[in-house]
Amino acid sequence: MTDHADIRYTAAPGEAATPHEATAPGRPRRAVRGLPDRWLATLFVTPSIALLLAINIFPLIWTVYLSFTNFRANQPGRPVEWIGTRNYERLLGSEDIWGYLQATAHFVVWTMLIQVAIGLGLAMLINRDFKGASFWTTIILIPMMLSPAVVGTFWTYLYQPQTGIFSAIVDLFTGLGPIDMIGSVSLAPWAIIIVDTWMWTPYIMLLCLAGLRSIPDYLYEAAEVDRAGPFQTFWHITLPRILPFLMLAVLFRGIENFKMFDMVVELTSGGPGSTTELASINLKREAFEKWRTGYASAFAVILFVTVFGLGNIYVKALNRVKS
Amino acid sequence: MSSAAVRVTDTSPRGKMIAGTLVIAYALLTMIPLVWIVATSFKSPPDSISYPPKVLFEPTLEGYVNLFTTRSRQTPEYIDSLGPPATWYDSLVRERNMVITGESRFAGRYMNSVIIGFGSTFLAVFLGTLAAYAFSRFRIPLRDDLLFFILSTRMMPPVAVAIPIYLMYRGLGLSDTHLGMILLYTAVNLSLSVWLLKGFVDEIPREYEEAAVVDGYTRFQAFIKVVLPQMRAGIAATAIFCLIFSWNEYAFALLLTSGTAQTAPPFIPIIIGEGGLDWPAVAAGTTLFLVPVVVFTVLLRRQLLRGITFGAVRR
Repeated sequence: MTDHADIRYTAAPGEAATPHEATAPGRPRRAVRGLPDRWLATLFVTPSIALLLAINIFPLIWTVYLSFTNFRANQPGRPVEWIGTRNYERLLGSEDIWGYLQATAHFVVWTMLIQVAIGLGLAMLINRDFKGASFWTTIILIPMMLSPAVVGTFWTYLYQPQTGIFSAIVDLFTGLGPIDMIGSVSLAPWAIIIVDTWMWTPYIMLLCLAGLRSIPDYLYEAAEVDRAGPFQTFWHITLPRILPFLMLAVLFRGIENFKMFDMVVELTSGGPGSTTELASINLKREAFEKWRTGYASAFAVILFVTVFGLGNIYVKALNRVKS
Repeated sequence: MSSAAVRVTDTSPRGKMIAGTLVIAYALLTMIPLVWIVATSFKSPPDSISYPPKVLFEPTLEGYVNLFTTRSRQTPEYIDSLGPPATWYDSLVRERNMVITGESRFAGRYMNSVIIGFGSTFLAVFLGTLAAYAFSRFRIPLRDDLLFFILSTRMMPPVAVAIPIYLMYRGLGLSDTHLGMILLYTAVNLSLSVWLLKGFVDEIPREYEEAAVVDGYTRFQAFIKVVLPQMRAGIAATAIFCLIFSWNEYAFALLLTSGTAQTAPPFIPIIIGEGGLDWPAVAAGTTLFLVPVVVFTVLLRRQLLRGITFGAVRR
């Protein structure tokens, strides 16, 4: 790419005002008619950055400010007081928050474990290139493209203890009779894990498949020559090669599930009690039902920081697998 | 690239057959919920809540009629006094001792989804194309930091961002407006659009533009006449991803809209019939809402991997 470097910036800093200089003899850079590249670059990038600043960064700064106040959005006339770090102290000191974070952790850890197991297994099966593999892969991928809220809605119907198909199928195989997945304290956390697994296993599967397909055949041939067993081949060749892809998938889905909102709101709305009240759902309660805007903002800031940290790792992983 | 694989380890026909059987079994299992919902949309309300669940049933369009209309219960005498029903859906409703009183809000909510979806997709792809080209071709100060910043906006939890946006929109008069939602979804989609499109621009050899510039095109003309036409497939794929995101989005729609600009996802759960949820109507709404996504997913299947990794993994 180095041989193109000259055309990339005909207008280096300071040259834009006197474009004829660019063609001065002895200069390696070629002149391009029209706007200097630097201007064009600014013109092309600014609108996007401006929109993101207005709709993401400005609100973010506002949230940080609000988190130090006792503002309540439903009482705009009330004087706003600066209360320092009291919201944070109250937040970190409250027992409930740990409960919500625990529910969230339970959800994230189990969905990831189950989905990696099924997704990796499926990918290895699909990678055997049986007849019709690409057709069935497309079918498998459909759930992950659907609207999580709508998925949550129709799973409440599938989960109905008496009339739902889920209960009926489980009963058919186990004879347990009607089970109330959403209404039971012990089953509800698993109800949301099952739906998330139904929806997002294809995501993990697709990235594992990409990893498997990036492994050159000669490695397997070499393993064959060395008389490596299937387990050794998997452990020493397959796993190290797909690990970056798996990392990418788990990081992204882990972050998404950490902030999970829509599917669970529609499915259980946090219940029964607060057994499935994940962090985002509690945040919505505080902010838009109890209208404790300042307190909710402090919670939001904590979530931001966590997600931002994880996101940083994700981008590093992303750059590592870049093909 | 996937080679049609002469993998030494797993070529036995028997191994393929077992693999195929297991994968097909999983695919069929995963399709049950969707097939069940589509089937439910053609059930009558009593059939939808029968115990045990009915696999075989007499199909009816009642769910769809209920989805698009509002009805009121009347005495049989009153209904008899109305004279013969004018349409097939009138007679369908009258069998349940009801008369149609008007149109439901579903069609409007669906249209909102279409308007906001297409509006934000157009804007996100337009802005994203420009930014992606600039990031791919020009030397931009802090380029990697800016790209990271753009991607990090995608990671923000929607509910957390919704608090200040709610306040900001209330101040600007953008609450519950199409414009407000279009701008918001454009901002959320920009990260995907810039990253994905940058990947597509990176794949176009620079030589084409160089040749055009040597021929006397300005850089801008070269972008419009040489680069853009080659980006067509990439732009189409990106647009579909953005459209699906806007179409599916729920958290912002729930918290920031209530009527005028409300989209279908927060509305579908509240399609209530008499005495609890009218499941066939909910299923009908769900079916009409999901069908376009399924069609687009099938069209997009070769680009999916790229889309879900922001362009980092290509095949």
